[in-house]
Amino acid sequence: MTTTVLWVTVLAASLACFALKLAGHLVPEHWLADERVSRLTGLVTVALLTSLVVVQTVGDGRGLTVDARLPALAVAAVALALRAPFVLVVVLAAGAAAALRALGWG
Amino acid sequence: MRAAVRQGVSVALATGLYGISFGALSVVAGVGVLPTMALSLLLFSGGSQFALIGVVAAGGSPVAAVATAALLGARNTLYGAVVAPLLGARGLRRLAAAQVTIDESTAVAVAQTDRRAARAGFWTAGVGVFVLWNAFTLVGALAGDALGDPRAWGLDAAAAAAFLALVWPRLASRAAQGVAAAAVVVSAALVPVVPPGIPVLAAAAAAVLVGVLTGPRPASPAALAAHGPTTGGGTPGHAPDDATDESDESEARTP
Repeated sequence: MTTTVLWVTVLAASLACFALKLAGHLVPEHWLADERVSRLTGLVTVALLTSLVVVQTVGDGRGLTVDARLPALAVAAVALALRAPFVLVVVLAAGAAAALRALGWG
Repeated sequence: MRAAVRQGVSVALATGLYGISFGALSVVAGVGVLPTMALSLLLFSGGSQFALIGVVAAGGSPVAAVATAALLGARNTLYGAVVAPLLGARGLRRLAAAQVTIDESTAVAVAQTDRRAARAGFWTAGVGVFVLWNAFTLVGALAGDALGDPRAWGLDAAAAAAFLALVWPRLASRAAQGVAAAAVVVSAALVPVVPPGIPVLAAAAAAVLVGVLTGPRPASPAALAAHGPTTGGGTPGHAPDDATDESDESEARTP
């Protein structure tokens, strides 16, 4: 790719991605005010967050991988069940993954 | 509200540091330092950025690069529609909100129980990730991999734990648990076969399906005529439960 083509690609992709983000913000609010729609948005939120957990825990850009992230997520789940605060949950998970990797696994 | 800000800051740190990986990879892929910075500043959506430089590195066409980035960015449309009513932003603020509408800002916003906290969480996470992601993209683009892999610090696991902590309080109702289980199955099944960004959209579609199949039936004239106005649908004992759970939730979410 020449420098000009590269810049056109970068700017066109940026414009497309911004338009996609803005389109969501411009959805008329009364569409979402309907009770059935707001029930669905609540469930969609759960699905989005859960899917992000899965992708971030076992995804590697190409396929599924089991590595230090999975036991670290288990540590986070135990901490959450024990009602640990958010920051502690995140730090414990990072520490667990970092420790396992320092020991040469995952 | 302070909890929302703390969550936003934690998420911004865990995610922002990944900018190092992006900056380093992008320069290695043959995208110069300035176009790399333009991607983090203007495109600002991790999945789309990594995908775009992947296509460039593989010698793909500009059209393929733009199309791939847009496909992966499509979930941000859904995020925008979910957070817009919580933010109530107008004019320039709405444009700024759109630019920082990403996985992390949406996740923190929707996890809050009232609108003020949702706004604080959205802006803290969104602006926090934006600033750190760009700063660390520059560091990565200039210094390359000299700073080491964020995985060694467990930052990838930190991001997963943050998403888990955000969804945890929302799993009280049976409907939510069913949707979460479906999301796990759909996402894990799709991760190996579709590009990143698509499993999240498919999980959202599955949630709509589960919601429509298990929810109270729409009160169409035909349904009213057939069942009367009080029965509410074909799954007695199930629908009323869900309806109660959900109405509790929507009450909590109203300021």
